[in-house]
Amino acid sequence: MAYALQQLVNGLTLGMIYGLIAVGYTMVYGIIGMINFAHGDVFMIGAFIGIIVITALSGITAVPLGLLAALIISAALCGLYGFSIERVAYRPLRGSFRLAPLISAIGMSILLENYVQTSQGALERAIPNLIPGGITLMRQDGFAVQLTWMQIAIMAVTLVVLAVFTYIVTKTPLGRAMRAVEQDAKMAALLGIDTNRTISTTFIIGSALAAMAGVMFLLYYGVIDFYIGFNAGIKAFTAAVLGGIGSLPGAVLGGLLIGLIEAFWSGYATVAYKDAAVYSILAIVLMFMPSGLLGRHEVEKV
Amino acid sequence: MTILTVANLTMRFGGLTAVNDVSFTARQGEITAIIGPNGAGKTTLFNCITGFYKPSSGSITVVHGSKNLRLDKLPGHSIARKGRVARTFQNIRLFSGMSVLENLLVAQHNRLQASTGFGVLGILGLGGYRAAERHAIELATHWLAQTGLLERADDPAGALPYGAQRRLEIARAMCTEPLLLCLDEPAAGLNPRESSALNDLLLSIRAGGTSLLLIEHDMGVVMKISDHIVVLDHGTKIADGKPADIRSNTVVISAYLGEDDEDDAPLAGATP
Amino acid sequence: MSRLLRDVKDSGAVAFMALLIFAPFLGLQLGDSDSGNLTLSTRPALLAAAVGLTFAARFCFLLWEAHRPPRIPALSLGLAKSGKYAAPALLIFAIVMPFLPGIKNASIDLGVLIMTYVMLGWGLNIVVGLAGLLDLGYVAFYAVGAYSFGLLSTNFGLGFWECLPLAGILAACWGVFLGFPVLRLRGDYLAIVTLAFGEIIRLVITNWVSLTGGPNGITDIPHPTLFGLKFSMAGGPGSFAGFFGITPSPSQRITYLYYIILVLALLTNWVTLRLRRQPLGRAWEALREDETACRSLGINVRNTKLTAFAIGAMFGGFAGCFFATRQAFISPDSFTFMESATVLAIVVLGGAGSQFGVVLAACVMIGVPELLQGLQIYRMLIFGAALVVIMIVRPRGFISTRRPTVALGKAKPISADLIAQGQG
Repeated sequence: MAYALQQLVNGLTLGMIYGLIAVGYTMVYGIIGMINFAHGDVFMIGAFIGIIVITALSGITAVPLGLLAALIISAALCGLYGFSIERVAYRPLRGSFRLAPLISAIGMSILLENYVQTSQGALERAIPNLIPGGITLMRQDGFAVQLTWMQIAIMAVTLVVLAVFTYIVTKTPLGRAMRAVEQDAKMAALLGIDTNRTISTTFIIGSALAAMAGVMFLLYYGVIDFYIGFNAGIKAFTAAVLGGIGSLPGAVLGGLLIGLIEAFWSGYATVAYKDAAVYSILAIVLMFMPSGLLGRHEVEKV
Repeated sequence: MTILTVANLTMRFGGLTAVNDVSFTARQGEITAIIGPNGAGKTTLFNCITGFYKPSSGSITVVHGSKNLRLDKLPGHSIARKGRVARTFQNIRLFSGMSVLENLLVAQHNRLQASTGFGVLGILGLGGYRAAERHAIELATHWLAQTGLLERADDPAGALPYGAQRRLEIARAMCTEPLLLCLDEPAAGLNPRESSALNDLLLSIRAGGTSLLLIEHDMGVVMKISDHIVVLDHGTKIADGKPADIRSNTVVISAYLGEDDEDDAPLAGATP
Repeated sequence: MSRLLRDVKDSGAVAFMALLIFAPFLGLQLGDSDSGNLTLSTRPALLAAAVGLTFAARFCFLLWEAHRPPRIPALSLGLAKSGKYAAPALLIFAIVMPFLPGIKNASIDLGVLIMTYVMLGWGLNIVVGLAGLLDLGYVAFYAVGAYSFGLLSTNFGLGFWECLPLAGILAACWGVFLGFPVLRLRGDYLAIVTLAFGEIIRLVITNWVSLTGGPNGITDIPHPTLFGLKFSMAGGPGSFAGFFGITPSPSQRITYLYYIILVLALLTNWVTLRLRRQPLGRAWEALREDETACRSLGINVRNTKLTAFAIGAMFGGFAGCFFATRQAFISPDSFTFMESATVLAIVVLGGAGSQFGVVLAACVMIGVPELLQGLQIYRMLIFGAALVVIMIVRPRGFISTRRPTVALGKAKPISADLIAQGQG
C-alpha cells in the first residue's frame, strides 16, 4: 500500500512533466495538423537554458529566485526558438505534401540535437538537488512514503502553468483565434484572423510550456544531456495520441497516465521494459479507441 | 421482379434518427429515384444500402435470381463483390492521381486479382493474367466509349472537367459489373446539355440490364427517367409510386414547399 | 534605396533574434571546475560570428528574393525524363563499378552501404509511397531480419543463403502481426503506433540479454559463401581464393557482398515495378488516393494494406539479413529511430512513389554524409540542416510526377498536385 502510494506520487510528478510537453504537441497538431518532431528538442533546449541560468546565478541570488529566473528565461528563449523553427522550417511547407513538414521536423530535431552537442559538449551535465527535503506522507512496515519539496514544487508550477494556459485558450481573444484556426484555417482567415500570427503564437506558447517542462525535468532528475529530447518527445507524442491528439485535456491526461504506467511498471515489474509497457498500452488503447481517450471520434463522411 | 428490398430501416446517430422505419422495394430493370428535401435522410439511406453505415435496425436485401442476400450483414467491401451493388458519391471520389483507364482497372480489382494467382503468377507474367487484363481493358474501353471519355483515357482523372469526372465515376462503378447501381445526385452541378446526356447514359445502363437507384434533386431528371419514386421527408417515407402519382401527391408537394416549419432542423449525417 | 534600408532593418531584426537564440549556447559554455561544480565561460567571438553570419544570410536571402528568377516547373519533369537515360546508365555503372580502375575497397564499401539504403528505401516506398501508409517504425523489420539471421546462424549454424528467405518471411510475418490490429488507424495514429512498435522491438532486443546478447549484440555472424566457398583470408581448400588458385584479398569478399546487395536491391525494384502494374499495386495506389472509394469498389482495404505492409517488411527483412552478414556483428544501436527516419527521408526526398528518386535520394542522404566524414561532429549538424533545406526547396521530392501503369495510347505523366498523399 505504502509502496503503491509512493509510485503514485512519483508517477504523477513525472506525468505532469510529460503532460506539459504533450500540450505543445497537441496544440501544434490541432492547429496545423503536423507532428512537430522537434518539440522534444525544444524541451531539451529549455533544460539546457535552465542549467545555464542556474549556473550563472548560483551564489548570486537566492535559490527560489534563481529557479524562477531559470523558468522564465528558459520559457522566453524557447518561445523564440519555437517561433524561429516554425518560420524557418515549417511555414514554407504549409499546405504542401503531408510528409514534407514531417521530414523537415525530423531534420530540425537532428539539427537542434547536434547544435547543443557541438556547442555544449556531449557530456551529461548535473546539478545538485536545489530543493532538498520533503515530507513523509505515511509509514508502513518500515517503508516511508516521501513527498519531496521538489515534487510539490513541480506539481504546483505545472498546475499554475496549466491554469494560466487554460485561461488563455478558453477566455481570451487569442485563444478564440487559436480555436478558430484549428477548426477551419481558411474560414478563420476570411473572418479577419491573422492565421500566420495565430500559428506563430501557438508555437511560442507550446515551446514555452516545453521549456518549463525541461527546467522541471532538470530539477527533478538533476542530470541532462543533449539526447533527452528524443525520449521525452516520443513519450509526450505518445501521451498526446493516447489522450486523443488535438485535445488539450487529453494531452494532460495522457501525460499523467504515461507517468503512472512508467512509475508502476518500474516499481512492480522490470525497469528495463517500462517504455515497452507504455508503447504496448498505447497500441492496445488505440486498437479499441482509434481516436484516443478524449479525441473526437470522427464519423466518416461519405 | 424485385432487386432490392429495404424493410423497416432505421438509422440513428446518437439521439438523432436520420432514417426512421423506411421500407420500399426497387424493381429489377427499373430506375428507382429517392427524392426529398435537404436533410430528408436520402444519403444516410444510401450509405446504409452500400455498407458505409450499419443500420440501427431493419434489413436490406438484394435479390440475385433465386438467392437473397442481406446487405446489412455483409462487410463493407463485400457489398460490391458479393452484393453486386455499386455506387457513386455526392462529392466525387475519383483516384485523381491515377489515369482515367487506371481508375477503371482498379474497379475490376477483384476479378483481375483472382487471375494473378495471389500476385505470384502476375509478377512472373505467367498464367491467364494477360488475357484477364486484356479483357479488363476491353470492358474499360466499352464504358469509356459509353461515357464519351475515350479520348481522355490516358489523362489523370483529377484533370478532367467536372462533368467528365461525374461520368467517369459512373463508368468506374459500372466496371464492377453491378446488378444495382446507386447514384448519389449524379446530375448535381451539370449544365443542361450534360444533364440530358446523363439521362441517356442512365437509360442505356438500364437497357443493359442494370437496375438503378438514384438520389436526385433535379426534378427534370427524376420525372423524365425514373420508373418509380420514393419520397423521404425528415427520415420517414411519405410517398412511394410512379412519377405521375408523385407529381400530384399533396403530401409531397407540401413537404417540398414547406407547410409551416422551414425545415430548420436538418438531420445530421443525412447530407454531409 | 528605401528597399535596401528595409532589407537592412529586417536583417537587423533577424540578427537580434539570432543574438537571443544563440547567446546561451554559442555565447556561453558549460564546463566543469576542479571541485566538480559547473562553470560558465563566455565565447563572445563565436557569438558575434554567428550573429553576423545570420545577418549576412538574411540579407542575401532578401536580395535573392527580390531578384529571384521565375520558378522553373520543368525541373521535376526534366529529372523524371532524365531517369529514362540516367537510370540505365547508373545501373551499368553500378554493375561495373567494382572493376573500374582505381576503385578502392572503401568506395565499394560505400556502394554497399548506399545500396542497402536504396533497398530499404524501395521496400518502404511500397508502404509509404504506393499505399500511402505512414510507417515510422520500418527499422523494426530491418532488425527482425538481422536478428533472425544472427540468431539462426549462431544457434543452429545456418548460413546466409538458408537464412535469407527465412529472414524475409519472418519479417513479413511480423509485418502482418503488427499491422493487423492497427491498420484501421489513420494518419498520425498509425505513425505513432508504428514508431512504438519499432521502439518495442529495439527495447526487447536490448533487454532480452539471454537471447540476443543485449547491448553487446551478436558477434561472429558468418559471411556469405559462394556455392559453399568461403571468403577467408587464410585461403586454402574450400575457400574462394583456394578454389580459383588466386591470392586471397579482402576486396574479393567486399566485391561479393557488393553484388549480393546489388542483386537483392534489383530484385526489390523488379518486384515493385511488376507489382505496380498488377491489380495489387494499383489497389495500393488507389488506397493512397481514396480509401472510401476503394471500399465502394469491393476492394478489401484491410487485406490490401496488410499485403503492402508485409511485402515492405519482407524487403526490410532481406536487407536486415544482408546487414548482419556484412557487419558480422549486430547490436541494438543499429536499429534506432534514426534509421527509420533516414529511410523515410530517402523515400520522401526521392519523391514518394518514384523508384529512381529513391536511388538519387539514397546517394544524397548516405553518400554525402560519408564524404563529410572529415567534418566529424559537424556532420550530423549539416545533415539536419540539409534535410530542412531540401524539403523546403523540393517539398515533393526529386521526382514527383507519376507515370500511369497502363495506357491505351501514350502514357502521360501525372503531375504531383493531383496525387494524393494517403490518409493512413
